[in-house]
Amino acid sequence: MMRLSKTLNKSPGGTVSGSWLILAVVRALVVILCVMTAVFFIIRIVPGDPAKMILGEYSTPEAIQNMRHTLGLDLPLWEQFFRFVKTLFTQGDTGNSIISGTSTRALIAERAPVTLLLIGMACVLAVVVALLLAVLAATHKDQLADHLIRVIPTITLGMPVFWVGLLLILLFSVRLHWFPVGGIGEGWTGTLYSLTLPAITVAFSQIPTLVRSLRAQMLEVLESDFVVTLKAAGIPSRVVLFKHVLRNSALPTLMLLGVNISYLIGGTLVVEQVFGIKGIGSLLFSSIAKRDFPVIQGIALYCAVSVVIISLLIEIISWWLDPRTRGKQ
Amino acid sequence: MNPIQIDSPRPMGGRKISLASRVWNTPSLLVGGLMFAVLIGLAVFIPFISPYQPSEQNLSAFLQPPSSEHWLGTDQLGRDLFTRLIYAARTDLKIMVLAEIIPFCTGVFLGMLAGYYGKWLNTMISLLTDTLIAFPFYLIVIIVAFASGAGERGIYITFMLVGWIVFARVVKGLSASFREQEWVASAQTLGLPGVRIILRHLLPNVLPQAIVVLMTDMIGLLVAIVTLGYLGIGITPPTPDWGTMIADGRSFITTAWWLSAVPGLAVVYTGIALSLVGDGLADLWRKK
Repeated sequence: MMRLSKTLNKSPGGTVSGSWLILAVVRALVVILCVMTAVFFIIRIVPGDPAKMILGEYSTPEAIQNMRHTLGLDLPLWEQFFRFVKTLFTQGDTGNSIISGTSTRALIAERAPVTLLLIGMACVLAVVVALLLAVLAATHKDQLADHLIRVIPTITLGMPVFWVGLLLILLFSVRLHWFPVGGIGEGWTGTLYSLTLPAITVAFSQIPTLVRSLRAQMLEVLESDFVVTLKAAGIPSRVVLFKHVLRNSALPTLMLLGVNISYLIGGTLVVEQVFGIKGIGSLLFSSIAKRDFPVIQGIALYCAVSVVIISLLIEIISWWLDPRTRGKQ
Repeated sequence: MNPIQIDSPRPMGGRKISLASRVWNTPSLLVGGLMFAVLIGLAVFIPFISPYQPSEQNLSAFLQPPSSEHWLGTDQLGRDLFTRLIYAARTDLKIMVLAEIIPFCTGVFLGMLAGYYGKWLNTMISLLTDTLIAFPFYLIVIIVAFASGAGERGIYITFMLVGWIVFARVVKGLSASFREQEWVASAQTLGLPGVRIILRHLLPNVLPQAIVVLMTDMIGLLVAIVTLGYLGIGITPPTPDWGTMIADGRSFITTAWWLSAVPGLAVVYTGIALSLVGDGLADLWRKK
């Protein structure tokens, strides 16, 4: 696959685009297949018997044997895998919940909207704040503002996201009473309002890395020939900044978000737990508490597949918008 | 073997002095190193500093605010917060360092193999990293830690599985770029076996960058250990751990907010120290 992409990059011309697209899609599909296999093995590679974990330490051998049978763990490994793949393609999930009998897909679909909304809000917030800080730092290079902004990643890198959430609750909910302590409000405005603090928490964990890379990107653009020319032509620096520099930073921001999307989803799951939001994160933790393996596997599968698809889409968009990124994959 | 030293006009003795002065001229390395040393010093000497035991309960003096007797106050069971905080540093820093050893070695080794040999080996390793990286970090950490059972062992297993990826990716890129350079080509022309080129020539050149990444990665690992403790699938009580301390303090956030705030600050402090050391080392090696 690697060799193929190398030869593709060498040959210029229109035919490359189609082949590149096919190659990227094939690569993503292969990764998705690997992800499915990993989800199958995730509860099998670690020590400990899932059946015993579900029933507890003091269960009888017969009960464990029955549970192994229910889970299909008494079958040979290849047959277990065959069953797993079959369920995946016929039902589109990892089987039914051991506790409620509901399909994993239905359980996840029920919880997904609030999690997706939270991720979306956090993304918008992170991008806006990071862009503002990056512009401020880049336009005031080596001045006080720049130094202060460059210190941010050093300080925030070691901040546990759940702890930041707790501090925000302490300050804005307990002391100032601006926001609810947790849960989801009524209606659209209520939902958005109650998700504000969680979204700030998730965004907070993303901003440092975004600012660091965007500042470097922006300095590169600010010092490039075309910006110097525009300024020399007498175009006001504000116009240059907002019309040209920011536009040139949009794509790197998008690509950075693509790289970080996996981390963002993981952080969201933890933040949901802190704020008592009934999304995918709380489904994960309640399934862990009940030892509901199919649901845990289902969440892992849906999250990972979404990450692969989002990364692919961002790769395609940036490739389509900016020829310079072609071949950098 | 090492052309840099043969060509070097500096006398051998001058090298040491220049290293010391280079370190002296890298303030972030000094400050970070000092901050970390203070923490380690406290963790080592805490039995002599504090008259209390980390699990020593005193139910007549619970939830006390900071005082001269209890520097950071006491928790809901009357345990001295400062003592517990430093004993927790022992637990968490020990696990942080131990859990990083195997992933670091595996990642550097696989990265060198993938970068040096390329071709199918690179394709296989890339596919493996792409697959594992698709799983959100905290999702996979939570699931594996839970499945392998709460406690220290679960944490080691988790990071053995996912911790090597970041090193493999960085080292792979470096190794691939070094492979194109003359000194590797000349080593190959001399007929040196691949293993020898990798271990004696490639390894010393990728190691500095890998160590800089290690510093940042350790911060992430520490935060993950603390997060698992907070979620109840990491270190189990009564072993002192910053994560469980934050979780325990949660119920008293309205009355004794410092119970949750202070252990978090300890994590942030460690993060700043490691971050500064990492930046400092990067500066130091760049100046060279």
